Amino acid sequence: MSTRKIDIEEVNGVTIARFTDKKILDESNIQIIGNQLFSLIDDDHRQKVVLDFSNVEYLSSAALGKLITLDKKVKAAQGELRLCAIRKDILEVFKITRLDKLFKIMETRDKALEKF
Amino acid sequence: MSAIDDQQAKFEVTIPSDTVAGQTIQDQIIRKLEELAYGDHDLFGIRLALEEALVNAIKHGNRLDPQKFVRIAWQIDSNGCRIEIEDEGEGFNPVEVPDPTADENLERPCGRGIHLMRAFMNAIVYNERGNRVVLEKTRTIMESEPTSE
Repeated sequence: MSTRKIDIEEVNGVTIARFTDKKILDESNIQIIGNQLFSLIDDDHRQKVVLDFSNVEYLSSAALGKLITLDKKVKAAQGELRLCAIRKDILEVFKITRLDKLFKIMETRDKALEKF
Repeated sequence: MSAIDDQQAKFEVTIPSDTVAGQTIQDQIIRKLEELAYGDHDLFGIRLALEEALVNAIKHGNRLDPQKFVRIAWQIDSNGCRIEIEDEGEGFNPVEVPDPTADENLERPCGRGIHLMRAFMNAIVYNERGNRVVLEKTRTIMESEPTSE
């Protein structure tokens, strides 16, 4: 069994998944992270999910691909995905790829939890 | 692998088609840039571009074939860096890669690497075959830095 790449917390029916790694790089690592995220929807049937990026300093396009797949899974399950606490450089990656239009991105964890 | 010049770090290595080996080279290049006091934003962009180019070479170019190798050559000084990455694959035409920012492609899970490399580097140039890319970045001078020695 691979090491846990996300910390899970439950607040008022919302699942907060916080990445534990500083770098979401390298294919094999991203594969593990993707599987752990997908399991939240496929196995645990969670519908309201907040991804907390406060620890993340780097991420690559392969990681963005996993986030897109996760978003599709959440939507298919009639749920909602929100992203929060993304540092400036990474936010720029979302803007350059126009994925800031696809994802609901909130400045802080508290804001992500509002009216969820 | 040998250092040709201490002032202008110039290296060339060949690695197997393995992303872990790619990470090691990435770390080595970033350390050199840190020694030369490149700013955080430059470091972020160069690491990201390197990651994308190496994954493209290892995974899409060489298709993770253990019989194939990736050649990486880099020149770094305090003004900028030039990194060349070449795989043994058939190559591709970067012009044919669909624009990942087009509305119809926004939900595609892949195809953003080249777009990100272009955004964070000053230049990315492919050879005609499409199995070699050169990444160039001019170091950003920060306001707090002295402009002369």
